Amino acid sequence: MAGIRNFSITAHIDHGKSTLADRLIQYTGLVADRDFQDQILDNMDIERERGITIKSQTVCLPYKSRSGEEFILNLIDTPGHVDFSYEVSRALASCEGVLLLVDASQGVEAQTLANLYLAMEHDLAVIPVINKIDLPSADIENTREMIEVDLGLDSDGAILCSAKDGIGIEDILEAITKRIPAPRGEKEKPFRALIFDARYDSFRGTIISCRIVDGTVREGDIIRLMSLGTTHKIEEVGVFRIAREKRPSLSAGEVGYIIAGIKTVSDTRIGDTIVHDADPMPPALPGFKEVKPVVFSSIYPIDSDENSALADALEKYKLNDAALIYQRDSSAALGHGFRCGFLGLLHLEVFQERLEREFNQGIIMTSPSVEYKFILANGDEVEVDNPEYYPDPGIIVKSLEPYIRATMMMPERYMGAVMQICLARRGVNSHFHYPTSGRIELFFEMPLAEVIFDFYDKLKTVTQGYGSFDYELLDYREGNLVKVDILVNGERVDALSTIIHTDRARTRAKQICDRLAEEIPKHMFKIAVQGAVGGKIIARSTISAMRKDVTAKCYGGDITRKRKLLEKQAKGKKRMKSIGKVMIPQNAFVSVLKTNDE
Amino acid sequence: MMNDDPPGLYLHIPFCVTRCIYCDFYSDTRISMAGRLLGCLAAENAPRGMGFSAFDTVYIGGGTPSAMPAGSIALLMERIGGRFETAPGAEVTIEVNPDDVTAGKLAEYRGAGINRISVGVQSFDDGELKFLGRRHDARSAIGAARAIREAGMENLGIDLIYGFAGHTIESWRSTLETALSLGPEHVSCYQMTIEGPTPMARMLAAGRIEETGEELQRELFLLASAALTDHGYIHYEISNYARGEGAASRHNGKYWAHAPYLGLGPSAHSFAGGERWWNLPSIEGYCGGVEGGEGPPRGSERLTARQFDLETLYLGLRTARGLPLGFLSRFPAWERALERLENESCLRIEGDRVVPTTKGFLFADSLPLFFL
Repeated sequence: MAGIRNFSITAHIDHGKSTLADRLIQYTGLVADRDFQDQILDNMDIERERGITIKSQTVCLPYKSRSGEEFILNLIDTPGHVDFSYEVSRALASCEGVLLLVDASQGVEAQTLANLYLAMEHDLAVIPVINKIDLPSADIENTREMIEVDLGLDSDGAILCSAKDGIGIEDILEAITKRIPAPRGEKEKPFRALIFDARYDSFRGTIISCRIVDGTVREGDIIRLMSLGTTHKIEEVGVFRIAREKRPSLSAGEVGYIIAGIKTVSDTRIGDTIVHDADPMPPALPGFKEVKPVVFSSIYPIDSDENSALADALEKYKLNDAALIYQRDSSAALGHGFRCGFLGLLHLEVFQERLEREFNQGIIMTSPSVEYKFILANGDEVEVDNPEYYPDPGIIVKSLEPYIRATMMMPERYMGAVMQICLARRGVNSHFHYPTSGRIELFFEMPLAEVIFDFYDKLKTVTQGYGSFDYELLDYREGNLVKVDILVNGERVDALSTIIHTDRARTRAKQICDRLAEEIPKHMFKIAVQGAVGGKIIARSTISAMRKDVTAKCYGGDITRKRKLLEKQAKGKKRMKSIGKVMIPQNAFVSVLKTNDE
Repeated sequence: MMNDDPPGLYLHIPFCVTRCIYCDFYSDTRISMAGRLLGCLAAENAPRGMGFSAFDTVYIGGGTPSAMPAGSIALLMERIGGRFETAPGAEVTIEVNPDDVTAGKLAEYRGAGINRISVGVQSFDDGELKFLGRRHDARSAIGAARAIREAGMENLGIDLIYGFAGHTIESWRSTLETALSLGPEHVSCYQMTIEGPTPMARMLAAGRIEETGEELQRELFLLASAALTDHGYIHYEISNYARGEGAASRHNGKYWAHAPYLGLGPSAHSFAGGERWWNLPSIEGYCGGVEGGEGPPRGSERLTARQFDLETLYLGLRTARGLPLGFLSRFPAWERALERLENESCLRIEGDRVVPTTKGFLFADSLPLFFL
């Protein structure tokens, strides 16, 4: 155990986390240079493109120190978004230290601070690393000062590095061995391991990533997943060295994987404790909680013939994403589909993108909704996450909506702007403090429904990227809720209905109507797009009638050209939905999800 | 649905004295190359294996065929006549620019068997003609029409253009009235579309002119249709009017009915037996290919049954003849589409055919999609 170090890298976006991980992997010779690919740990297209990490990744690096000692350095790469904060917390709980990366040209940023707090919460050793010292704009002295003042860390211990040019890599590896403690834990105690990730492999089933806390586990052992109470026989244990590498056993302090014939990742829980079935129940590791979806949306295939293909895709997708829940659903406007639950809006977006890219499924999503509660006249309480099931308003005695406690950190100068967007979203009971001078930590209690659209984007915009955001669910509170229906040419489009606070109904309805009016092409007749609460129209937008659609000439080469255009249009039409006499393109449904600046 | 009507022959003469600012047809102002081009035109063979029976239409288009030196059209027709068979009573058309019309040229055309003249008048307003970059003025256009009559030509066509920047209802009405006063057998009214790399497209991009709005375009279209049909013309295709069934362009009708046609000259298109091919738009490439004996460089496509049906569908809905109900019923959504378009007064059923209304013509690019 003395030769093991478990660590993570944490950084503000674009401060060079993936590049540093790449260099560490290369330096330790784990991957031959010719096999190397940038952002080697981010192996999903979306991760590479967006520069974010969605799934945790682990890599076990062999390292011989300057003094000749052999070490095993386990790098645990963590997701970087509030939707996945629980996964991050479990990954960090599996480490003893972090590299806190600071860009020498940017200095300490909001996320750097948030990351530091998270590391401190888990009692981790923190090694500040000043990255990008190769840049002409690098200001090392200023960055040092920020590390001292803003982070309260000893800047003498900061390592200078250019991950891009491979400068300082060995210093970092040395620091990991010297300044991050070896894992605690006892080999002789009954076996306990913390699950911090699980992914699906089409040949082996679920691959559990875990940190062995106590004891030893080996092939053939019967294990029990404590929260679920299920037992499994271990087929293989090992460590990640880019590819999996089988080992006879894993012992206290190590990070590795367990394969135990577990069919899908949904049969495991992140944060759960694995024990030996035969042992008298040892105490579970702290911090486990069931993650519950908080944002719901229905999805429909663009081409309604594709329903069974979408069902297959969801089943496959679900194998690797335990957090997604779904069930069958149907809409008069969009046909058969599925109601899905997500951890947050990024989770939803990632889901949508992966479904399109990896499973080739074009889908239409309905407006995301939170789960509301309604107390009815007969005393029943109903939970509604789909506007289709909004009860008859005549029998609703009380409407309740979920509230969150939002935590935002930002440089002081952005406070006014952030207060404003929080208040506009019905934020209450705000308070704030200065964790360090010039930086504000601001708390608000807000309806969850108000943050699921574009709150995070908005926060990023008004703070020019310096604001961080995290939230936890608080409770349900009474709110004046209504259901807004959207009518196109007099026909209700059920997929566009939304439950919303009365105060916001008119604005939102108008936004939806305007968006639809922009996206729906002109028809031969005038089209009214209306928002209604009950029978009352509260917003309206009009699509004027097309006056002509004809091209004058059709000779020689025009004939082929026109046919090709028609072929293309016919294809495009397949991706439209008809509501009564009106053809609505997929884009129109998508555009409704994006709100305008208010 | 293969059409076994007699084939048509198209001869493309790609030369213009000047280029009009809106034109994106293939044309060239190097008239000095005319001799070589005409020689090749007379020598071009259809691709191997593509035989054509006697042509019952010949159409000499451009470019500006009338800009060719005296005698050259007669010579071309003589050579063509020596290589291809023409059916008795064939419709033989030439496109002319009013400025080029002289008694001598008209006599030459008559002598060469040409019996139909299509005059590129575009407008009878001098200001508009100047803006459009035309060489002629209203007076010479009227003079040309009269001269054609005097030369004994019984089939006169007048081409007009509408909906360009600055066009008004009043001036369009006046142009139409002047055209009607000349009593042409045929009138084509083309709506201006700004496309391709033309000077007019650049003017539009630079904000020097404005695109004509949908509403005005619609009114101009309807005005032409009303004015001409009131005077006994049949609105037989979106842009074409004929004084009686017999005056409709037999040649153009072949394009819209998948009848066979052979196009000679650079950029000319041909169609036969489900195969379409076209010469590439380059005079040098064309002449080189013909002179070298390997034939001009060509592109081609063979229509699938589906593509053939798509073309039949949209072409049919552009003509007053419309389509047989039996054909439309091949499209799965046809009944619903037909019902909707009847309700919108775009189509109506006449016996066993479905025909577009004037409103249907206005939405001709939308109609086929209803069936797909």
